[in-house]
Parts: sequence; structure tokens; C-alpha cells
Amino acid sequence: MANMAQSIRMALHYGETHLGVKEIFGQDVGPPMGGVFTATQGLKTAWNTPLDERGIVGAAIGLGLTGTRCVAEIQFCDYIFNTIDLLKLAGNTSWSCSGLYHLPIVLMTPVGAGIRGSIYHSHSFDALASRLPGWKVVMPSTPLETYGMLLSAIEDPNPVLFLVPKALMRIKGEELIPGEPGTEKELKAMIDAPLGDRSQWTPKWPALKDVRVPIGQAKVLQEGTDLTVVSYGRSVRMCLSEAQKLEDAGEMSAEVIDLRSIYPYDWQTVKASIEKTRKVLFVNEDTEVTNFGEHLAYRATRELFYELEAPPQVLAGLNVPGIGLHNDLEEVSVPHGPQIRAEMFQLNQLRA
Amino acid sequence: MSQKLTDSSKTSSLSSELLVKIHDLMVKSRVLEERLIKIYKTGEAYFWIGAPGEEAFGVALGLLANKGQGVEYDYFHLHYRGTPTLVAMGLTMEDSIRLIMNKETDPCTGGRNFSNHYCFPEWNVVPVTSPIEVQYTVAIGTALAQKNNPKLGITVVTGGDAGSAEGDFASSLIWASRPGNELPMLLTVQNNRVGISTAYEDQHGEEYIADRGKAFRMKTMVINGLDPVESYLKLKEAYEYVRIERKPLLLEARVSRLYGHSSASGANFEDSFSDPLQTFEKTLMKHSILSEAEIKNIYKKYEDESWEAVEKVRSEKPPRAETVWDHTYAQGENADWRKF
Ligand SMILES: Cc1ncc(C[n+]2csc(CCOP(=O)(O)OP(=O)(O)O)c2C)c(N)n1
Repeated sequence: MANMAQSIRMALHYGETHLGVKEIFGQDVGPPMGGVFTATQGLKTAWNTPLDERGIVGAAIGLGLTGTRCVAEIQFCDYIFNTIDLLKLAGNTSWSCSGLYHLPIVLMTPVGAGIRGSIYHSHSFDALASRLPGWKVVMPSTPLETYGMLLSAIEDPNPVLFLVPKALMRIKGEELIPGEPGTEKELKAMIDAPLGDRSQWTPKWPALKDVRVPIGQAKVLQEGTDLTVVSYGRSVRMCLSEAQKLEDAGEMSAEVIDLRSIYPYDWQTVKASIEKTRKVLFVNEDTEVTNFGEHLAYRATRELFYELEAPPQVLAGLNVPGIGLHNDLEEVSVPHGPQIRAEMFQLNQLRA
Repeated sequence: MSQKLTDSSKTSSLSSELLVKIHDLMVKSRVLEERLIKIYKTGEAYFWIGAPGEEAFGVALGLLANKGQGVEYDYFHLHYRGTPTLVAMGLTMEDSIRLIMNKETDPCTGGRNFSNHYCFPEWNVVPVTSPIEVQYTVAIGTALAQKNNPKLGITVVTGGDAGSAEGDFASSLIWASRPGNELPMLLTVQNNRVGISTAYEDQHGEEYIADRGKAFRMKTMVINGLDPVESYLKLKEAYEYVRIERKPLLLEARVSRLYGHSSASGANFEDSFSDPLQTFEKTLMKHSILSEAEIKNIYKKYEDESWEAVEKVRSEKPPRAETVWDHTYAQGENADWRKF
């Protein structure tokens, strides 16, 4: 069962061999390291760029202008902030020239807390990303979905920001990626670079298949009737785990939706669920002011006001300048099981 | 017209046919820009920014282009003073006027952007955008795509002197000169010694901006961009070097800013700058390549053309408000969240 880093690697390999990816680049992305999370090890077209995020994003835009499919990486989203105007530019390129150019580019970056990364390896970027019209923004939560969504991102004719929850990077999936060998050990032997000298190493890629997770489609992870929880990335796994426990304990029946795509987002799935449960909680770990969950809560209020039994709720990261290193500081700053559970209880008790 | 004009500082020379052609394009560009200014001043446009004073350099840059679409041809990452280059490449007055008047027919932006924010995919002219210097980082990407192309297309970038303070300028020097991975980039700086109101001396410790390329073992040139002969000859050499060697070159050209920064500062003629067109015309007359009457006729031809273009474009439709979401995404995909 591949972990997320391996699934990215396999998707990129599939992209290089089947979908026309010509350049994969970023800081430490090429040999010998293959990415600080090993997500780009062994790839034919992966190379190391200068330590220059603006150069990376600019290069991706330029490649996109020539129609060259590329996947660029910003090592941590904490370091993407100095490229904001270039992200704006990528987002407005097609629009501002009335469609004369499109940018078929993917920009990946690890996001979020959960690896004890302190102030500058724990930032989230989904709220800001949702303010970049022209980009598609996605955040998968399992290795298989990462694989399928990355293939969709690569083939999309628009710029796609591929946010990878870094705390999930090493978590093994529960489902096999089609083509992946049956055991973790076999996969590792095939595609993980050896320690030490790697100069002679080449990966043995499994015969991978084309599996897609379409951009813009959410997934109902657990069906329920009492309330709806909508989340993505790392926190959706936490929401699911809490919902399962509450279901098992007979406390409540919560429907859990993995939004997967932040823009364009799958309102129809969310809406149908809210119409059924009449209560909704939006969870993510970006800071709470102003948060993408607030947009969804606003929309729920606006469109479903008379069907709601309680005000839509948003549980997000505290509006603090950073994630403190100490465990207690990190735990209090972004939603975890206990906070999610408490919110669910509270919401379940509310009646309009 | 067999006489040749010899540039005093060089042994090479240009044929009088070419000189006449360069002059013609410089006049066309100037008359067009002056027409754009008038359009602004009569309240028919919101904003003007453009390139009077950069014609000698800009026309040569456009004339020497290997023009076409795709990586086999040269890419152009221009800033907001690109009219002379594009006039030399074939820009029509009508299209430039459609852009400043933000008409539905504006082929570059469909009424969405300022004057001089051109975009012509058929000539690899990628969208001009307002944030200063981003074109230097974006250009890295087109040059990467051209690096190994046997057809020898190159990437050309233009920008101002003040803009070179941005990190993107340094980015382009670094990325263009990685040993073994040099990029075919003709990086140019049009130095008019001012950025809006900030004097060159307030910003630059370096005597020549081009010298910054030397630290990257880059070939550099400082040229008189007010002199069309020098501009043409030096740019020819620069293009050839980048095209054949597949290596970057940083070229700084001295230019003028004849009508101020933009309409925001009034767009009035400033005689503190020297006018490359007047100087060139004196030389052409001195060498009997063109007479005063002939020169007047050229202006008249373009005055008439510009006026006819205005009359025509004026009656064209504005963009429709309901198209505002169009092209946010490719292939007509809906981008309006209200419709998801
Ligand atoms: C990133 C950015 N900062 C500021 C501005 C506002 N601005 C527009 S032009 C300009 C001056 C540019 O001067 P220079 O690079 O010398 O070029 P010139 O206009 O003189 O040709 C400034 C500050 C901008 N457009 N983009």
C-alpha cells in the first residue's frame, strides 16, 4: 500500500510516460534527493532548480505558455507567499488575454501542520488559494486519490494548485493503486531510492494504470442523517475517525464529505447532504479569519436558510500568526479529534 | 538609393533601403503613440502608457525577430513600452487602438487591459502584464522550452531600468546562466534613467545595469538605444549570439521617455529627453537618403492612417458585461461558483 509520497511519484511517472509531462522541477526535486518528502525520486524529467520560488513559478508559467506540460514544486507552502503575484498572474493569464493562452501547469506544495514543523513548516494555504481565480485548487486525503487527482491535474488545461497535506505524506493507503504490487515491501524495493550512493540506481516502475479522480467532485466518506461534516486534506481523516466513533457509540449519525476540490468545488454534493441532515460543520486547518469554510457556510446560509436546523459552523485553525512548536501549542492551534468531536456534539444539540 | 549610412563608431553599415524602412516604422510607431495619447486626452480611453522615445531600439528589436508561433520561433516577453517592436512585427494601428479603447474587437485582451498590454500568440508575443519585472521570471519558462530545440528559437525580454531592482531580474540572470544549462535568452533593459519619478541615481549603485550580467559570466552590451543604426547592428549581433550559442546575453539600451511615464503624469511632451526620431531624420537628410518633403509625407501617411483607424474603431462594440467570466478557465468551463 503506497504512501502519499509514493503515490505522487507514481502519478508523476505515469504523467511522464503517458500524459506528456516534460519537466518536473523544484528545490531538491531532482537527483540525488528526489524531493524533501521523496515524492519525486527516480523520475526521468525531475531536476533541481535554484533556491528561488519566484523563478520556479515564473518558469512554470513560461513553460505553460509554450504548451509544455510541467509539474513544479514549492518545497513547503510556507515559502510560496513570495510568489503570490505570480500566482495571480498564472490565474489571470487566460482571462486577461481572452483565452489566447492557457497554462496547463501543476504546482504542488505540501501544506498544513502535523509534523511538528513549528512556525514555518506548518502553514496552510487553502484559504489564500481559494482567492486565486483562474486556478483550480485541490487537496487529496489518501494516496489513491492523490494518484487519481494528480493525473487529472496534469491533464487539465488550466493551472492546478495541488496541495498535499504533509502530515499524511507518510501514511499508507488502505487501497492499492491499480498496478501497484501487493505488499509495501515490494513497492519499496521497486521505487524507493536506496540510502547512500544512488548514482547507479534506477527505479523499477510498476505497470500503473490510468485512474482518475475528477477535479470538482467531492466524495461522501460516510453516510449519516444527523449532521454533515465537510472537510478536506488532513482534517477530513480526523472528521471521519470521530464520526465513525460516534456512530459506533450510537451517539449520532454524521455524514462526512471529503470536498477534495477547493475550487471549483462540488456544491451539489454538499447541498444534497445539508438538505438531508439540516446541519453542517465545515472543518479545515487554515486560520479562521477569513477562511474558505466561511464561504461555504455563507453559501449554505444563503441558499438553504429555511432548511437548516442550526447555523452552519466553521471549525478552523486559530487566527494566530503561526503554529507554535510545542505539542500543546500545535494541538490547540489547528482542529484535532477532541475539538471536532466537541463541535459535532454542540451542533447536534442545536435546533432552529 | 544606393548610398549607405555608416555608423561612425562601427565599420558595418546599413543599406539605405533598410534605413528608410526603419525610419518608416519609427514614424508609424510614434504617430500611433501620439494618436493613442490624443484618444486618452479626448476622453475616449481611461489610460495611456507607451513608448515614444524608444522607437530606435524597439523597431530594431522587432525587425530582427524570427517571428512565428511556437518554440521554434522567438518568444517576446514585453513590458508596457512595446509598440515600436510590435509595429515592426506587423501590428496594425487599428488593433492598438482597439486595445486602448477597450473594444470587444481588441484582439489582445478583449477590452480587459490597458494600452500597450499586447498579446499576439501568432508572433509568440505573450500577454504583457502590469506587475513590474514578472516577465523576467516567466521568460525563464519559454527559454527552458526552447533550450534544446534544434530550430534555434530564443526568448526576448524587455523592461525598464528601475524594474531591475526587483528580485525577478536577478532570478532571470541566475536561471539563464546555470553552467551546462544556459538558456537562450536575450535579456534587455531599456534605460531611460528614471522610474516614474525616481531618478536612476536614487536606486542604482552600479554604473551599468548590464554589468550585473558579468558576475554570471554572461555576455553583456551597453548600447545607444536612441541610435537606430547602432541599435540594429548591436541587436543583430546579440540575437545571433543567443541564437547560435544558446546562451544568455544582457543588453542595456539607453532610451528616452518623451511623454512622461504614462497618462497618470499627464502624457505631455518632455524636451529634457532627446528625440531619437528627430536626430535620425537629421542624419537621413544630411546624407540625402530622405528629403524633408518625403519625411513629411511619411508622417502624413500615418496621420491619415491613424485617424481612419480611430474613426473605424470608435464605432466598434464594447465588450458585453455578461462575458466577464469567459476564459477564466479553458474550454468554456464554468468558473462562477453560483453555478457549480
Ligand atoms: C511590482 C510593481 N511595483 C510597482 C508598480 C508601479 N509602477 C509602474 S511603472 C513603475 C516604474 C518603472 O520604471 P522602469 O522600470 O524604469 O521603467 P519605465 O517605466 O521607466 O520604462 C512603477 C513603480 C508596478 N506596476 N509593479
